Parts: sequence; C-alpha cells; structure tokens
Amino acid sequence: MLKISNLHAKIDDKEILRGINLEIKAGEVHAIMGPNGSGKSTLASVLAGREDYEITAGSVEFLGKDLLELAPEERAAEGIFLAFQYPVEIPGVTTVNFLKTAMNQIRKYKGESPIDAANFLKIMKEKSKLVKIDDQLLKRSLNEGFSGGEKKRNEIFQMAMLEPTLGILDETDSGLDIDALRIVSDGVNQLRSADRSFIVVTHYQRLLDYIVPDFVHVLYKGRIVKSGTKELALELEEKGYDWIKAEADAAEALA
Amino acid sequence: MSENIMQNQLISEFEEIQNNLNGKKQDVFNQSRIKAIEAFGNLSFPTKKDEEWKYSDVKKLVNATYNFHPKSEITHSDLESFELPDLEGIILYFVNGIYHPELSNVSDKDGRIKISTLQEAINDVNPLLTEHYGKYLKSETDAFTAMNSALANDGILVEIPDNVTLEQPIILRMINDTRKENVGSIIRNLIVVGQNAEVKIAEAYRSFGEESGFVNAATEVYVGKDARVDYYKVQNDNDVSYHVGTTQVYLADNSYFYSATITLNGGFVRNNLNLVLDGEHIESHMYGLYIPNKKQHIDNHTVVDHCKPNSVSNELYKGILMDNSTGVFNGKIFVRQIAQKTNAYQNCRNVIISDKASMNTKPQLEIWADDVKCSHGTTTGQLNDEAIFYMQSRGIPKKEAVKLQLLAFASDVVSQIKIDTLRDYLEELVKIKLDEIN
Repeated sequence: MLKISNLHAKIDDKEILRGINLEIKAGEVHAIMGPNGSGKSTLASVLAGREDYEITAGSVEFLGKDLLELAPEERAAEGIFLAFQYPVEIPGVTTVNFLKTAMNQIRKYKGESPIDAANFLKIMKEKSKLVKIDDQLLKRSLNEGFSGGEKKRNEIFQMAMLEPTLGILDETDSGLDIDALRIVSDGVNQLRSADRSFIVVTHYQRLLDYIVPDFVHVLYKGRIVKSGTKELALELEEKGYDWIKAEADAAEALA
Repeated sequence: MSENIMQNQLISEFEEIQNNLNGKKQDVFNQSRIKAIEAFGNLSFPTKKDEEWKYSDVKKLVNATYNFHPKSEITHSDLESFELPDLEGIILYFVNGIYHPELSNVSDKDGRIKISTLQEAINDVNPLLTEHYGKYLKSETDAFTAMNSALANDGILVEIPDNVTLEQPIILRMINDTRKENVGSIIRNLIVVGQNAEVKIAEAYRSFGEESGFVNAATEVYVGKDARVDYYKVQNDNDVSYHVGTTQVYLADNSYFYSATITLNGGFVRNNLNLVLDGEHIESHMYGLYIPNKKQHIDNHTVVDHCKPNSVSNELYKGILMDNSTGVFNGKIFVRQIAQKTNAYQNCRNVIISDKASMNTKPQLEIWADDVKCSHGTTTGQLNDEAIFYMQSRGIPKKEAVKLQLLAFASDVVSQIKIDTLRDYLEELVKIKLDEIN
C-alpha cells in the first residue's frame, strides 16, 4: 500500500529525515516511536503534504501513485488521513459544514456526485457514536473552545467520516487522560480492517496497549534504527531510549 | 474661485437654478440652500494634507467632469439583473439622483407611515424640513456636505410616527445610469423615527453602464425615545465609480440603532457614519464589511459621541483586501465628562491576501469621563496557513480552503443582517467576490 524509500526531508536547511525506508501492507498497523526530535512528526507531516518541508531525496509510493507529486488535498482524496497532534481551531466553520465540504470535494475528485443531506446526517450520526462525540459539539465552530480530549475525538470522528485507506495518527495520545485515551483507541480499533492501514506515531508505549501494532519502528536522528513487533515497545517502556541511541550512534560512527 | 473643475461647475449651475426659481427664492428651504452654497464656495475639497483625508485622495474626482442633471431612460427590464427575488418591502428607485416612481413599489399596506421625495417635500413645504432637515448634519464643516445641502437632486423623507412598527423594510436603490457619460448624483435623505417606533432601512448603490458614476449621499436619521432602527448601506458598484457618503444619526433616550455597511465593490468609496448618543440607555451597533480587489479603495470613518451617561456603543468592522486594493478605517469614540457608565467597544479586523494590498487603521478615543468601560483593537494579518493545511489535509483544495476561511471571517458581519432576503443575497455576493481571488 505504502512504500517509502530513502526519504530525505529538510526544513530551513536542517535535515530532519535522513533516509527513511518503510513498507506498509494493507491492514497493517505500524507504530513509529522514538525520542523527542527524532523526526516522527515530520514523517507524518511529509506524508500528508505539509509544504514547510523540502524533500531532497527518496520516493513515496502510495497505491501505485507517486505521493510526493500530489497536493495535500489530492492525497486526502486518494485515501490518506492525518490526525493532527494539534488540531487547528477554525472560527466560523462548523464541524458539520467542514466535513460536508471535505466529503464532497473528495467525491468530486473521484468523479462522484455530492452526498445528499439526509444520507450525510445518517452517516454522521452513526460515526459520532464511535468516539462518543456530542452532536451539539459538531454544530459549533471547528475545534474552537474544545478541550484537548474533544479535539482528539473530533480528529478520529473526522477519520471515521472520510474513511481513509491509510490513517496517520500523530501523537494522538498526547494530552489525553486515561478515559479519553480509551475512547479514542476504541474508535481507531473499530476502524481497523483488512484494507485499511495505520501509522501510529507516539512517544509512549501506553497508547499501544490499546491500539496493538503489528510492527514497531524506532526513529532516531531521521532514520529507522530498529524495527520489531509490539514487544519492542514494551522493551522501550522498560529501558528507555538511551540504549537504542547508543547503538545507533555507535553504528553511525562506524559507517 | 476654487481651482477644481467640479466646484466651479456646481457653483455656476447653482446660480442658474436660482435664476429659474422666481417666487420660490425666498422660501426658508431655499434660504438654507443659499447658505450652504456660500459655505461650499468658502470651503475647499479635502486634499491628502487634511488629516481626515490623508489616505483618500479625491483630486482625480474633483477635476473630472460629471453631468449632474442627466436624463435616464432606464427601464424595468434594464434593472432586472439588479433585483433581489422575493424581496418584500417598500422599494424606491432613484436614477441619477432623481426618484423614478415607475420603477418603484411603494405599497405600504397599512398606510401609517409618511413617505415623500425631497422634491415633493420642497414643493409641499413639508414641516419635517423645517423641523429636522440639516439639524444633525452641519454643512459648514466639510465641502462634500455643503455641496450636498446646497445641491441635492432628490432623496426621501420618511416619517415613522410614534408607536408604529413597520414590518417591511424600506429599500432605497440608487442607480447611476452611466451608459452614455459620467454621471453625478447628489442624494439627501431624512429619516425621522418617532417615539417607540421601529423601522428597517437599506440604501443600495450601484452603476448601470461603463462610464464613471459619482454619488454624494447624505442621510440624516433621527431616532426618538425608545425607537429602534436597523440601517443598512450596501455598495456594489463598478471599478470607475466614486462614492462619498455621510450618515448622521441622532439618538434619544432608550433607543436602539444597528447599522451594517457592506462594501463589495467600488472604485473609490468614502463612508462617514456619525452617531450622536444624546440620551441615556441607548444601545448602538456599527458593523462593517469591505472586500476590495484590483485597485479599489474603501475608506470607512466612524464617530460615536457619547453625550450622556449609561449608554452602550459596539463596533465591528472587517476587511478582506486583495490585489492592489487599499482600505482605511478610522474610528473615533468620544465620551464626554458627563457620560459616566459608558460602555464603548470598537474592533477592526483585516485580512490581507496580497502583497500589494494595504490597510490603514486608526482608532481614536477621547474620554473625559472617569467611570467608563472602553476598549478598542485593530488587527491586520494574513490567513492562517496552518488552518489552510488542515483543510487541505481533509481533501479541500487550497483555493476552497482560503474561501471557506474568508467566508467564516465575513460571516460575523453578514450573519447579523436581519432582512433575510438581503442577508442571503449578500452571502451569495460575498462568495462571488471571493471567487475572484487569484
């Protein structure tokens, strides 16, 4: 589904990604972990098409298409969804109106006709139950005055509505208490399916107790320095990142 | 003699009119016009050296030639594209500054209000003229006002008697028929709203044709005790048009006044909105929205004068500036020493979406009372890139994302409009205008 090869990206002359290789197959959940500043969020942003980054080398293939050639909205229409670490407040635009616009733009991209109002409302009602999000909240300006938990729930709700092929969760667990974490994780788990994949970017193992990954990768200094299964996350929880840093730094010194 | 074409032309035209007046020359009203033309002769049109006109240059305007008395053969079918479907109300058309009854719809179902054109009022020696006309807007201070007082072609006088609520709005449609030549129209309105009376009034301006239209408009509004007035000014003119207009509002105890000034298009626009809060427990709101593009210039000057205690004034003006356009906002708040417990709020927010557009804002607060709550703020910024990316990441193309964000920004003003048909229409026009973003 997704093939990242030797991906390099920089911002303001600072190289953040220094050769990422990663392949994700349909239905898989990959966790990206790593210490602060290792490039986790950059990877998520680059995949979604944030313009602040300059891609200096490498390629990303998504469902047979050159992802890096596509504008962010085209990537979304092709099936990529980024759940933001810091969801943006947009005064004056209700979540309902925002999502209807997004849905119809994606349908337009695919050559489909706009969704009818009744059908939209039906889907909305159904999906809002997934993350226990209040109908009244959806009628308010997007994320404006929402609590941290409400914002993250709204991200997962949007993901449920747009039904992406690849969901990227960028530190969705940050700022969540245990109850909110459980609700958000339950929502994600219900969206798991054989043809939908996830990249779960997180600093802590905690989230992975709820969203159990198929693979865990450790990012350090812009490269994946270790890959394993969910047991790797538990090992990191126990031992911290220092041993991996030491290993990686030693390997780089030799190279 | 002055050094500009317009002033010379108007003064000699005035003399010509006076020579044809014969018996009416000594009328009280005509005497006020003679005083105004004298003031006009002594005043000069403002230049950029004048603090109040620092950013708005009328040099080109006052040196151009306009026909101030052209006939128009405009018909209903010409105006079809201007009409709002389903708009119910008293709709009065003025073409080139003159009332056109054949285009208008003055059906007032209950007949309780008194409505007449300025020309009719002059002929009938309407008592409103002596009681209110020129009492709130002083001619001596400014050349455009003096010009208006001396030379107004036409306009309306409306009187809403005490305790009358007029459900349907009064809509004044001001058209300059510029198909053949440059046209100037001078319009003067007087709206007198009695005690505990209520009315909604809208003025709408635009040109029909390719030549330049110039409007000098002045509206005086008297809002009696416990009265309620909603006042709208809608401008959707072309790129070669000029508009200089003043709305002067007098408010008595316990009255309510709401205004929205929406400028969608216009070559050069200067709106003055002056509120005199001469009573206690008055609630006043001033909203504005301007969306200039190309080389359009839109200038809003507002004044709120708190003369008595315990009143509230609230102001929100918003601008979206594209291309090479320029905008000006100047908001004055005066709180006199006696006007304790005044609440006065002012806010002007602008989004600039082009490197070549510019906005000048100047809040001016002069507060002599010590127990008041006043605040003001102006912001001029760009669009939130993070919000644009957020929307894009959900599948909304950049251009649509920009538009959605700007529509939301504008909706604070447009959604307030209480004439449903007008609000829906303006929402549509704002969308159309935002489609012009490159």
